[in-house]
Amino acid sequence: MAIVFQKPHALTDAPFHYCPGCTHGICHRLVAEVLDELGVEGNAIGVAPVGCAVMAYDYFNCDMQEAAHGRAPAVATGIKRVHPDKVVFTYQGDGDLAAIGTAETVHSAARGENITIIFINNTIYGMTGGQMAPTTLPGQVTQTSPYGRDIKTQGNPIRVCEMLSTLDGPSYIARVALDSVPNIKKAKASIKKAFQNQIEGKGFSLVEVLSTCPTNWGLSPIEAIKRLQKDMLPYYPLGVYKDIDNENK
Amino acid sequence: MSEKVLMKGNEAIGEAAIRSGCRHFFGYPITPQTELSAYMAKKMPKIGGVFLQAESEVAAINMVYGAAGAGARAMTSSSSPGISLKSEGISYIAGADLPCVIVDIVRGGPGLGGIQPAQSDYFQVTKGGGHGDYHLIVFAPNSVQEIVSLTADAFNKSEEYRVPAMILGDGTLGQMMEPVDFDSVPEPKKADKSWATTGTGLKREHNIINSLYLSPEALEKTIIERQKRYDIIKEKEQRYEAHDIEDADIVVTAYGTTSRVVESAVKTLRSEGLKVGVIRPITLWPFPDKIFAEAAKTAKAFLSVEMSMGQMVEDVKIAVNGKAPVYFFGRTGGIIPTPQEIIEEVRKIAGGLK
Amino acid sequence: MTDNIIITGFGGQGILFAGKILAYTALVKGKQLSWLPSYGPEMRGGAANCHVIVSDEPVGSPIIITPNILISMNKPSLDKFENDVLPGGTIIYDKTLIDRDIKRNDVKIVPVEATGIATKEAKANMANMIMIGALLKNTEIFTLEEIRAGVEKAVPPTKKDLIDYNMKLIERGYNL
Repeated sequence: MAIVFQKPHALTDAPFHYCPGCTHGICHRLVAEVLDELGVEGNAIGVAPVGCAVMAYDYFNCDMQEAAHGRAPAVATGIKRVHPDKVVFTYQGDGDLAAIGTAETVHSAARGENITIIFINNTIYGMTGGQMAPTTLPGQVTQTSPYGRDIKTQGNPIRVCEMLSTLDGPSYIARVALDSVPNIKKAKASIKKAFQNQIEGKGFSLVEVLSTCPTNWGLSPIEAIKRLQKDMLPYYPLGVYKDIDNENK
Repeated sequence: MSEKVLMKGNEAIGEAAIRSGCRHFFGYPITPQTELSAYMAKKMPKIGGVFLQAESEVAAINMVYGAAGAGARAMTSSSSPGISLKSEGISYIAGADLPCVIVDIVRGGPGLGGIQPAQSDYFQVTKGGGHGDYHLIVFAPNSVQEIVSLTADAFNKSEEYRVPAMILGDGTLGQMMEPVDFDSVPEPKKADKSWATTGTGLKREHNIINSLYLSPEALEKTIIERQKRYDIIKEKEQRYEAHDIEDADIVVTAYGTTSRVVESAVKTLRSEGLKVGVIRPITLWPFPDKIFAEAAKTAKAFLSVEMSMGQMVEDVKIAVNGKAPVYFFGRTGGIIPTPQEIIEEVRKIAGGLK
Repeated sequence: MTDNIIITGFGGQGILFAGKILAYTALVKGKQLSWLPSYGPEMRGGAANCHVIVSDEPVGSPIIITPNILISMNKPSLDKFENDVLPGGTIIYDKTLIDRDIKRNDVKIVPVEATGIATKEAKANMANMIMIGALLKNTEIFTLEEIRAGVEKAVPPTKKDLIDYNMKLIERGYNL
């Protein structure tokens, strides 16, 4: 019998602990498919964050390190400086990457550290139960913005891709979404490019992946996808924000 | 023996680390340890090593975590306020059983404190600093030459036990120059690092560097296993220098720079006929409690001299275990006790013993 | 035999470098030694001092409380350290910059027109070398020949031409 679909080799057999409808599972799979297709699983070292993806070290079949909250880019830097020939990536959420780990994110990008960062933006702290994130939209209700995010007192969301693309260090910065099959395909292509850039020694790459959190948003999985499309896409436009390949042409 | 050269303590740490096989140094500037970063910045690129100035102490220690987890001999250095920032990372490193060397050239605190030498971080480095049940192996050299041998030992012991090690100095030790040679640095030992994340090569199960155990049973098990290693370290790795304790009425104890001042004071006191001995802890953790227990069989009193308000004195009291009174004398905030102050303190205690 | 030397003045006068020359000379001579600088936030113009111990025995505390030799290159530092010098010790001071007499009468007093001569014949910041010359002349610590070996070590390899320049001024101070 012909095999038409199977689990990527770069994923272990451990069952995901993610909530039903959460897009972490899709994103894990995309990363694993890319590792498979590029043939680098045995050469890869991943860094897991603190947040919902904390257990990513159990799911990816490559060597993994678990970092402290926000520190994944620093940990990845340490690994990459020891093994410049290995493929080093981090997988981080919005609280991890854009709040507590802002300094590590910005400076690894500014250094042009030759690593790949997969950044899950679902506008909320998931693991701790739905608090306001640096990417929470204006007016969005969370446990710690119960009356809706008031930008006068709680500040504005951070657009990570736009911010990082002002730096000279990064080679590739893109924002993708997991709301539809075409967008998921585009997301995979972006993730692949981000890994390829590293393999080719081009330097820092980051892919921001707009994701859903049905549980903490208080929505069904389908409603959550609709919210991503209706509220997040206008605020966080998809696209390539920096690509040195185009700049060099 | 090779020719001796003059070096600052901070630079000697760097050279000894390089000779011990360290090729990855992650720094952040802070007085009074910056010469070490500067030395590494100068040397590392010439020998194929990595010097990286991180964006913060927090980032630097996490780079050490990554590099150590990837199997390298990695190092970072700082001074008191910076060690507070690194303490998060140090706890994770301890929790992930990673070997590495952290240098702390202590200055006065709390807060921004001052930049002059102090020993007021003894509690921080021997009793935690970060969260959780963990220890560092803490070496406290008192000369530039000893810095060299202890830096080499720190790397080797850290890898032997998979416990992070610390070199604890102070501003005086870091800034002073003394003649030094590097004959005492042994060839770096090759430790088994089959646990490191080096890429599976699709030939083995994936390695995971981690300190998270959501099941309390699993977490307790790892802590107990680590504690067994701590117990072996406490049994086998206590280091000290002691003299004149057999006939001593009063045993004076101090570590690091303060021990040099104590030696000057004790020389005078013994020339006056006072029976004074010295115990100088070289490892602060494990604390050399056995020699204190031994000395407590005959000594009539102990005096701990520190550049703090009294921190190591607590461990001296535990070790002496009520067999003799334990006194304390200290200056703090960046002030170094004088030999005369120590002499007067000992005379006072001797007067009370009569 | 132990010499406890405090060299002191403003940052920028080459206080630490003068100490380094003494330390390296001691090293070449096979003596025990320590060299301890003061350190502070200011790089230039602030107070600078340097403790150098040269001994036949291992050095105990590297911090000098009572020097037997004080080399003072400005007034505030002389005010600070004058009374610490051991009776029978030596105070060498830069007479150009210090416009008062030494109050002690139990020490050897050596006034040197160091900055004056250095300004006229070389550069003001070479006064430290004149002071070293005066130290050699007025104490038994090192000979001119020994100090040359120290200068050769203390001068960075890229600035070897400075060895003779320094020695010339040390000799100038010695022959005052």
